Amino acid sequence: MSALLSTRALSRSFGGLRAVHEVDLDLGPGEVRALIGPNGAGKTTFVSMLIGRVAPSSGRIVFDGQDITRLPAHARVRLGLAYTFQITSVFARLPVAENVALAARRRFGRDRAAVAAEVARTLGRVGLTGRDDSAAGDLSYGHQRLLELAMGLAQAPRVLILDEPTQGLSEPEIETFKALVRALAGETAILLIEHNMGVVMDLADRITVLDAGVVLAEGAPAAIRADARVQAAYLGRSADA
Amino acid sequence: MRGGRIIGLHLGLIAVLFALNFLLPAYSHGTVARVMVLATYAMGYNILFGYTGLLSLGHAMFFAAGMYGLAMPMTHLGLGAGPALLTGIGAAAVLSLGVGLLALRTRGVAFMIVTLMFAQAAWLTILLAGRWTRGDEGVVIPQADRVLLGLDLSDPQTRYLAALALFSAVLFGTLWLVRQPMGRVLVAIRENEDRAELLGYDTFRHKLGAVVLSGTVSGAAGAAYGLFFGYAGASFAETHYSIFPLLWVLLGGAGTVIGPFLGTLFMFYLIDLASGLTPAYMLIAGVALVLLTLFAPQGLAGEIRRRWWRGLP
Amino acid sequence: MEFGPHLMLAVLEGAVTAAVLALMASGLSLVFGVMRVVNVAHGQFFMLGAVLAWAVSSAVSSALGGGAFGFVAAVLLAPVIAGALAVAADLTVLKRVGYDPERTIVATIGLLYILQQAALMTYGPEARPVAPPFNDRLALPWVAFGPEGPRLIWPWGLSITSYKLFVMGAAAAVLAGLWALMTRTGIGLVMRATQLDRETAQAFGIPVERVYAGVFGLGAALAALAGVLIVPIQQAHYLMGGDALLLSFIVVIIGGLGSLGGTVIAALLIGLSDGIVSVFFSPTLAKILATLLVALVLVFRPEGLRGKAAR
Repeated sequence: MSALLSTRALSRSFGGLRAVHEVDLDLGPGEVRALIGPNGAGKTTFVSMLIGRVAPSSGRIVFDGQDITRLPAHARVRLGLAYTFQITSVFARLPVAENVALAARRRFGRDRAAVAAEVARTLGRVGLTGRDDSAAGDLSYGHQRLLELAMGLAQAPRVLILDEPTQGLSEPEIETFKALVRALAGETAILLIEHNMGVVMDLADRITVLDAGVVLAEGAPAAIRADARVQAAYLGRSADA
Repeated sequence: MRGGRIIGLHLGLIAVLFALNFLLPAYSHGTVARVMVLATYAMGYNILFGYTGLLSLGHAMFFAAGMYGLAMPMTHLGLGAGPALLTGIGAAAVLSLGVGLLALRTRGVAFMIVTLMFAQAAWLTILLAGRWTRGDEGVVIPQADRVLLGLDLSDPQTRYLAALALFSAVLFGTLWLVRQPMGRVLVAIRENEDRAELLGYDTFRHKLGAVVLSGTVSGAAGAAYGLFFGYAGASFAETHYSIFPLLWVLLGGAGTVIGPFLGTLFMFYLIDLASGLTPAYMLIAGVALVLLTLFAPQGLAGEIRRRWWRGLP
Repeated sequence: MEFGPHLMLAVLEGAVTAAVLALMASGLSLVFGVMRVVNVAHGQFFMLGAVLAWAVSSAVSSALGGGAFGFVAAVLLAPVIAGALAVAADLTVLKRVGYDPERTIVATIGLLYILQQAALMTYGPEARPVAPPFNDRLALPWVAFGPEGPRLIWPWGLSITSYKLFVMGAAAAVLAGLWALMTRTGIGLVMRATQLDRETAQAFGIPVERVYAGVFGLGAALAALAGVLIVPIQQAHYLMGGDALLLSFIVVIIGGLGSLGGTVIAALLIGLSDGIVSVFFSPTLAKILATLLVALVLVFRPEGLRGKAAR
């Protein structure tokens, strides 16, 4: 098996509600995978289990051959998983540069020059150069999303989980984001939860469709677009809206 | 550049305090020596409250652990001042590790109450062991024993300089810590613990480190207080002494290096003044706490940072 | 005295403590339950009740010449005054910090010192008694098993006063009233709605700020009433709030924060065991064990011994 990150029968229920039910997923190295589905399909619960914010009710998560089902979140991040929050979660009262430095410092430790270089490089990549000293909370919403992304990049993860990264971004910012993800392709695997179908179809190598906690379909973008069940469950609905 | 100004400010404070040794009249001279030791306690508290964002209501147990960890072996086992200082600091370190391991399983209000309860139990234990501690009455450390490395700490000049040495060490230690990766992670935990965890930092271990560091510094202050002023009493373990560092740090500015000193100095003089006027001098502390919460949650140094000097650590 | 009668006496003393404790702790629990804040000054309202009871009853007695009027006036007035003070504190301080849990604790620590030191300045450092309105000693029987079978004996010293019985009855009546208020009336419904979800309650037109002020006042009034009831047994002193607060914390935490039923059960448990333990062991050791127990309950079972786990 060449998958970098796999889940087997991963499930989580809250009370009697099955939020995620027996999901199998294999993410290859360097792959860009989109995870789509209607609201409440269990996408965020699923990735929260991957990163360790929510404990699974049952099932397994394997990363690079190691069972990480029971590892705490910080240990998974150390292994090479990174996560950006759906609801922007930056250190609002700290400077932008320090936000990214905190992400980078885990790799470079006390080497201040290396941390500073990585911060400058990452902020440049997402287009936030020159904002180093602003408090993160003073950035516009779109810029905070980009900062989130920069914090993900600065960790040089092997798998980057992005939870609705383009939500609230302007069109030019979305173009920047797409270029960024394309540049990352091959360097790191990306699991992308996304509602913007344009972004999904442009970027994803493969798409997994979740509905009511179960995998409804999985395949290349063209195949997913043609899938009648997916159209009924998701694409149709969003087209109506 | 910025670093130079910061070092300059704190070196300047030490220089002023050193000069005051030769300038102050006797009464104030003793008071400032006391303030420096108590400010060390406040700086210890600030590591946890100001930088890590954990509000403890039980730090008196660490202060008292240092104080009794020094005084008990000195008075009952005849241990010298040097080794006793170490047993005091060691006692605080061990206690803070134990308390940290338990209390850090809780958060927020529960953490405050758990620390309050542990401190209450510690104070009662000191009373229970009255045969050795002599409870509220306390034990006096004989003047002849208060000699550290050949220095007689009952001499006001020596004591002042010893207090200044301890104070400076912890002041620059804090300044160093908050610029280290560990200090930065503590601030990150204060600001957004979930995010820090998801950047790969083991937040529990960092918080535990902060509790132990904070408790140990507080214990060092307690041990020094006992040694410098020759007395250990149960009143130092009472809830008052857990509230004081909170008050000092809030007044001076939580999460600033210099704030705890400013807060301790002001509040100590204020209470000293009030206690000359009325037995109800703690009224000042109460009014100050309410006013600070309402109008200046940042404290003195926090306001300076907000208005004039954004880079003040 | 034999072991049996001794134990019974301890249980009775414990029941008085439990009654007062249940009143006081239910106030703390109510405030935490509805407002999600911890009122560290709660013990001071208890002290205030006791001190006001002394002030009111001595003023009334000197005007009307003794009798039970003074105590009756204290029972009626002291909780109202304490409650009004608490409402004022809520409106001027707690409301302005937005009921943020940590800032509220710091502010109520300040309030604690203000109330305590104000009592020291006005009432003074002495402990003063209030005469109970009635205080008949009721001897109690004990069953002894002699060679000719069980028979009733009246051991010397095994007795309770009518006032202590009244305290138990009064506390039970007030708690029953509080329960009825919470579960059977519109006011209770409003309070429970606010407790469940502040935003939604506000959206439905519930005046959340007034509910908060009212609950904070009611909590303080309950503590003050407990103070009034205890003062004929224990004397009023400006430092009496500290221990009372600690015991209330213990009760509320063991009973499960915010649960009235759990609070009453825990008050019985703690009151009785405090009575029994301190008769047979050092009271200091008993307190140490109780505080450690509470700390460990919070660490390992934060929902209390009776409460349900969150989620």
